[in-house]
Amino acid sequence: MTTVARGTVTGWLLASPLVVVLAGFLVLPIITIVVVSFWQTTEFAIVPAFSFENYEFLFGSAVTWKVFAATFRYAVITWALTLGIGFTVAYYLAFHIRSQNVQIALFLLCTIPFWTSNIIRMISWIPFLGRNGIANQTLLDWGLIDEPVEWLLYSDFSVILAFVHLYTLFMVVPIFNTMMRIDRNLLEAARDGGATGFQTLVHVILPLTKPGIMIGTIFVLTLVMGDFITVRFMSGSQSANVGRLISNDIGLLQYPSASATAVVLLCTVLIMIAILLRFVNIRKEL
Amino acid sequence: MSKMRYSRRALLKGGAAALAASALPAPMIWAQEIKDITLRQFGTGVSNLNDVALKVKEDLGFTLEMTALDSDAVTQRAATQPDSFDIADIEYWICKKVWPTGNLQAMDTSKIKNYDKIVGIFKSGKLTPESVIAQGTAPHSVGFVEGPGSTTFSASETGWMTLIPTIYNADTLGIRPDLIGRPISSWTELLNPEFKGKASILDISSIGIMDMAMVCEAMGEIQYADKGNMTKEEIDKTIGIFTEAKKNGQFRAFWKTFDESVNLMASGEVVIQSMWSPAITAVKSRGIPCVYQPLKEGYRSWGGGIGLSAGLSGMALDAAYEYINWYLSGWVGGYLMRQGYYSAVPETSKEFMSADEWGYWFEGKPATGDITSPTGDKLAGAGDLRDGGSFYDRMGHVACWNAVMDENQYMVRKWNEFIAA
Repeated sequence: MTTVARGTVTGWLLASPLVVVLAGFLVLPIITIVVVSFWQTTEFAIVPAFSFENYEFLFGSAVTWKVFAATFRYAVITWALTLGIGFTVAYYLAFHIRSQNVQIALFLLCTIPFWTSNIIRMISWIPFLGRNGIANQTLLDWGLIDEPVEWLLYSDFSVILAFVHLYTLFMVVPIFNTMMRIDRNLLEAARDGGATGFQTLVHVILPLTKPGIMIGTIFVLTLVMGDFITVRFMSGSQSANVGRLISNDIGLLQYPSASATAVVLLCTVLIMIAILLRFVNIRKEL
Repeated sequence: MSKMRYSRRALLKGGAAALAASALPAPMIWAQEIKDITLRQFGTGVSNLNDVALKVKEDLGFTLEMTALDSDAVTQRAATQPDSFDIADIEYWICKKVWPTGNLQAMDTSKIKNYDKIVGIFKSGKLTPESVIAQGTAPHSVGFVEGPGSTTFSASETGWMTLIPTIYNADTLGIRPDLIGRPISSWTELLNPEFKGKASILDISSIGIMDMAMVCEAMGEIQYADKGNMTKEEIDKTIGIFTEAKKNGQFRAFWKTFDESVNLMASGEVVIQSMWSPAITAVKSRGIPCVYQPLKEGYRSWGGGIGLSAGLSGMALDAAYEYINWYLSGWVGGYLMRQGYYSAVPETSKEFMSADEWGYWFEGKPATGDITSPTGDKLAGAGDLRDGGSFYDRMGHVACWNAVMDENQYMVRKWNEFIAA
């Protein structure tokens, strides 16, 4: 009895630092945001209240729906592209490279660009893609185009390009990780059983890689859904996503309205993740 | 332990000294203690210059801490965190928003030595007796209050000033003459289909809406009663015209920060856009032709000033007045005028400028030699003229002042829709 009690106390003590950190830096801020989202604003003052005004305005405005749709579009396209690229890269690293040293070296190579700042990597696309940028100059020199291509920069194309560039690694790492854990005997068995390379990929590797894909998906979706700076810079402020709505509101001191948008975004992302988790049991993997 | 304890005698002695010091403020003590004073100033980057803080230390002895923020953040801080600053360097339209919070205190003009020499724009509202007062938040309309503690603005001079004017200018469109190749003379050109995909406007709602209004009025689409205080219908119509232009691909991008506007112009992504004076200088200093084009409909103007925190008192308040008097005494004015801005008291600034600089920047005369910025970059050569001409040519053609509208919140929501459209 006493040992059990002592065990419980030790357990609580061991868990408490994490509880305190999570309560202070995650739960409390979220509660604050939710509470503030029901408040009202005047020009500068925030007035505590319990009003649905912010939500009414949010759901009543056509802009909100459009912006949420744009955010989903960015997220889905980015997800599809990063998954395609990420899976291919991870597959190559995990199954085609035999030597472990080369594997590690190539994996590190993938991460090297991530030693620089996010913003720098994003902004360096601007002079590259611009009207008089390197891309257009090269295409002109090669005679492929007669006049500069305008949609390379400050368009949805440039936004998604930057997203894919910034976030593919978040797909590569978890997929590579799960692939490395696949028992090689299974692949041999598949081959012995007469499966072609493609069949092995679809029926053996893909199902076993699902948890990695799911973790990568969660990373990419949450990063893209919450982003505002990439959309602002790469679209030349011409497109909006939910993050930009929030940042505009904050800039104009409309904290309650920003909070309401943030709450809606948070719920949306949580629902998406809940649905995703229905498909794959990540815990099994961790 | 005993060392830390004060004896009653020591306390009495100290008290007597303090009493004597406050009763008989000898200059000696002032000079000693002023060194310990630190004034915290914050404002937009325009006039928050490190050189000013250094010169203050040198001339006045006390420390000036500067924080530069964008105008949204400045408004926010002035309105919500009165204890975080001693001196607010803000624009007049921000003053209109912030003054009612009571976070700033009115200044006694009798303590301002050069008050009489301050340009008329900031007192009666008229540059010359014949001037017509422009639309928008004209500085004089929010420049005075009835008395200390008053939160309502007075229509005329009262002796109690809200902000001491420091810096102002007239803004217009910036163009790339080499890429346009023909004269530009009207705000309408911003929406001219000829520049499809090569135009830009700034994504700061309060200023952007004014530039939009200048364009819409020039096009003859809308007649505004007051561009600085539009009705909901006027806002809808103005934003409607620009939303359609945006959908037709008129704009290459929108910019929010100074460097973005410089890069858009310098890289040739944009050939015509709303721009600020120092951004033109920055493009020019890269050897790229760029003109701050005077337009026949006039300028959109802005002005800034320094206000004192309501919490400022005693010696710190004296130091703040000292600082204001120093600010208007010429050195800063000269520094700012050599960047292309105007000083509130031009005649004191003249003493800190060469005759050629004064001629080029203020009188609109051709430069006789190289004109350099305060930091030494060459801005113009012999024979060059300032875009827009003399002080009276430029400030005399103000069509509208930066403003904050009664329908501000509605406008902001519409602006967000425009950006998301």
